Amino acid sequence: MAGGSALGSALGAQDAELLTVAEDVCRRARKAGADDADVLIGAGTEFSVTVRKQEVENIVEASSRALGLRVIKDGRVAVSYSSDFTPDALARFVEEAVERAEISDVDEAAGLPDEGYGQVDPASLDLFDPDIEDMDGDRAIDLARRCEQAAFDHDPRITNSGGASYGYNTGSRVLVNTRGFAGASRGSGCSISVEVMADDAEGKKRNDYWYTADRFFRNLESPEEVGRKAAERAVRKIGAGKVPTREVPVVWDPMVSRTLVGLLARAASGELLYRRSTFLLDLEGQPIASRLLNIVDDPLMPGKLGSRSFDGEGLISVRNELFREGTFVRFLLDTYTARKTDRRSTHSAVRGVGGTPSVGTSNLIMLPGPSTPEEIIASVDDGLYLTELLGFGDNITTGDFSRGAGGLWIEHGKLTYPVTEINVSGNLKDMMRDLEMVGNDLDFRSATVAPTLKMAKLMISGL
Amino acid sequence: MAKQPQLQDYSAAAARALFRTRYGIDERALSELLDVALSRGGDYADLYFEHRQTSSISFEESKVKTASGGITQGLGVRVLAGDSTGYAYTENLSMESMRQAAATAAKICDRRDRVGPVNVAEAATPDRYHIDKPSIEIPSAEKLSIIHRADEAARAYDPSITRVNVSFVEEVKHVLVATSDGRLSADFQPMLRFNVQCLSEVGSSRQTAVDGGGGRLGMEYFVEHPPEAVAREAARQAVTLQKGVEAPAGYIPVVLGAGESGILLHEAVGHGLEADFNRKKTSNYSDRIGQPVASELCTVIDDGTIDHSRGTINVDDEGNVAKKNVLIADGVLQGYLQDRISARHFGVAPSGNGRRESFRNYPMPRMTNTYMLPGESTPDDIVRSVKKGLYAKAFSGGQVNISNGDFVFSVTEGYLIEDGQVTHPVKNVNIIGNGPDTLSKVTMVANDFKLSDGRWTCGKDGQSVPVGVGMPTVLVSGITVGGTKQ
Repeated sequence: MAGGSALGSALGAQDAELLTVAEDVCRRARKAGADDADVLIGAGTEFSVTVRKQEVENIVEASSRALGLRVIKDGRVAVSYSSDFTPDALARFVEEAVERAEISDVDEAAGLPDEGYGQVDPASLDLFDPDIEDMDGDRAIDLARRCEQAAFDHDPRITNSGGASYGYNTGSRVLVNTRGFAGASRGSGCSISVEVMADDAEGKKRNDYWYTADRFFRNLESPEEVGRKAAERAVRKIGAGKVPTREVPVVWDPMVSRTLVGLLARAASGELLYRRSTFLLDLEGQPIASRLLNIVDDPLMPGKLGSRSFDGEGLISVRNELFREGTFVRFLLDTYTARKTDRRSTHSAVRGVGGTPSVGTSNLIMLPGPSTPEEIIASVDDGLYLTELLGFGDNITTGDFSRGAGGLWIEHGKLTYPVTEINVSGNLKDMMRDLEMVGNDLDFRSATVAPTLKMAKLMISGL
Repeated sequence: MAKQPQLQDYSAAAARALFRTRYGIDERALSELLDVALSRGGDYADLYFEHRQTSSISFEESKVKTASGGITQGLGVRVLAGDSTGYAYTENLSMESMRQAAATAAKICDRRDRVGPVNVAEAATPDRYHIDKPSIEIPSAEKLSIIHRADEAARAYDPSITRVNVSFVEEVKHVLVATSDGRLSADFQPMLRFNVQCLSEVGSSRQTAVDGGGGRLGMEYFVEHPPEAVAREAARQAVTLQKGVEAPAGYIPVVLGAGESGILLHEAVGHGLEADFNRKKTSNYSDRIGQPVASELCTVIDDGTIDHSRGTINVDDEGNVAKKNVLIADGVLQGYLQDRISARHFGVAPSGNGRRESFRNYPMPRMTNTYMLPGESTPDDIVRSVKKGLYAKAFSGGQVNISNGDFVFSVTEGYLIEDGQVTHPVKNVNIIGNGPDTLSKVTMVANDFKLSDGRWTCGKDGQSVPVGVGMPTVLVSGITVGGTKQ
């Protein structure tokens, strides 16, 4: 559907008001001397309930809004933000933003996009659940209680809880610029989550969690299912210990395989490209990974958490391939990084009210393969089923990867005893090549998703 | 900023005055809002007002790329009914919006037994980060000169340094906390953070490294930390990494250098001693007060009172004066980091550790500056005692699982120790240990205590707060190093 008419039809009164404010701020910025400007307004509502051992722990409820203004004057850039929307405050705010640009140096690559503006009909993307705000406090408490109770009921070894929560948020995003772009879209999200624990030796507690999240309440897993999965994951860790240091095959649970995809997308960011700080530098177009590696960034999937109708600079949302059958297809770029590297934007800008646009992802997906998770585990004779990563020991410049880990040991194709306090390490370049199997189990509980996968070898440090 | 009334001094009184003059928040307004918050019953309520001004300059390719900044202000209202918290916030400091937020937070209670009016009286607060002028009010030319000096020094350090990124981030926060037990506390909280990142390129081998620091002070930070020194340190680390060999994999002795290694305490001990986890008995330190949880060489302190340190606070975000709290004395667990809810649960006084990221968040027990007291060994003795191990000097971050005690931290500058000598630098490597187990393996503690430069930010439940760490050189006789070379 065409963008213009859709915008009008999908807009609520609140969004229309925000658009008016944003347009007004843009006009004022021009009047104050800016050559170009864009204004982003984020307005939202959050509500959450947490119960622990069936008692209400907290209830949080609030609405908020904030405005970010980017101005470009003589090739100099400044960004200012405010949450004070009164006319006097906004007038002062705009003047200060334009003054602030004088601090910056002239940057030829800076500025608004020249082409590519537009938006996909937000209605076609199913971003907003109109029923989500009907939830009253008592029903939310009930959902959280049912979730936690299901975990306790599932296994008597579950003795404690870190709490169960139900929460939702709704929000509008409005972006207007001096090149005539005006976009608005409204989205929602909700989740049920719980963390539970079982007692183990030496006062240690074996904990795990599970959650379900979606834009639409009706698509959530039942609270009972969430509770049961958390309990299963926690009790299977009882008796966890270290294993000897050696190189073994590793099967990645989807809870952790998505971390890997996130790291590859970071390495494919145009920001690290022009800063020459990514191990993917000079590898565009080359077959560098296993043919099983396919990664896309797709903002156009209806109803998914990372979907959006336009990017952080007002460019129309498009699907981008990052890896196709092991070939590194392209870097993700916003306008600035595209100009810095003589390329075109891939419409991958993300933007918060407090800063300039930067490169980011929408629905970042490692495409599923043919194998079931069971087949993948069954293929390993002696190796690690990795369910947990701890820490931030990655170096995107070199590709070196080293993180704390936990999981279950696989013997003769079967999950056996739990493993903890170990470390997994390798280099992302080798790890991409060593991808041997890819699962068929994609679960869109987050904006970045990947299936179960198997890597031929990783170094495990333990005893 | 420029066209708003300037506040003459930078202190609690200034914070108090800002909310009164700019937003009309006087004793009467506070009393009324607390009355609304407790209108449906409740044991306690507090109001947290925050006015936060930030400014940052990002510099790259020897140019200022972006200048950014802004102001946020708001009120967070909390109502406690037993251990249950009702929380609401608003950015709009009109009486109508604030009343509405108070009424929303009040919904946690349904007893309808109105508590009655509360009057608040100002409480005295210490002044641990007095400054003449926050850097945010200094003309930008002075900051740009600092930034250029750093850029030039990093490039001059070594011809392989091809890119230098510098950031200069400033914040001033005015806070006002009014509680239903009648206390009114105010604070003025400045913060400065200076950062230099360098890329070293030798052929196709590229390495990046970062250094920086800051604290609750203004431009005087640079008297003790010239921008050139910060820049050279970042450049030195990037160049050193060019010579990095594969790090060892396995369970080996690790010598932790003075200063930054305090991150070990933050992860291995600090988080697990936050009293919310212990009240819920979800920490591996639950019910262990009075028991040995570390070697006798370890005395660990959380100290919110160090002048101008990044983790220092005059009062916490519940209005309690910050303290110096001994967590572990000679290896024995002494107590937890308390906020109001947990202090009531344990029947102890609040320890001044109730902190929050902003008015949008309710407070939780959090660390301030966490450090280990020095011992009697010398750093040389410690290194000489190790036949084969790792010397860890600089770090990028860490994480802990509170329940089972597993923690990690990532080494960005480390060296092999061979036959008592520090030899080759190693590639970035992660280290994983288990809280009480690792602390029991601290077998030597040196006399060279150092507080880290102010660069650390701690995350918990999605809330970030600035913290400090400190450490003497120590030997951990065995811990798992996650390298690639067996």
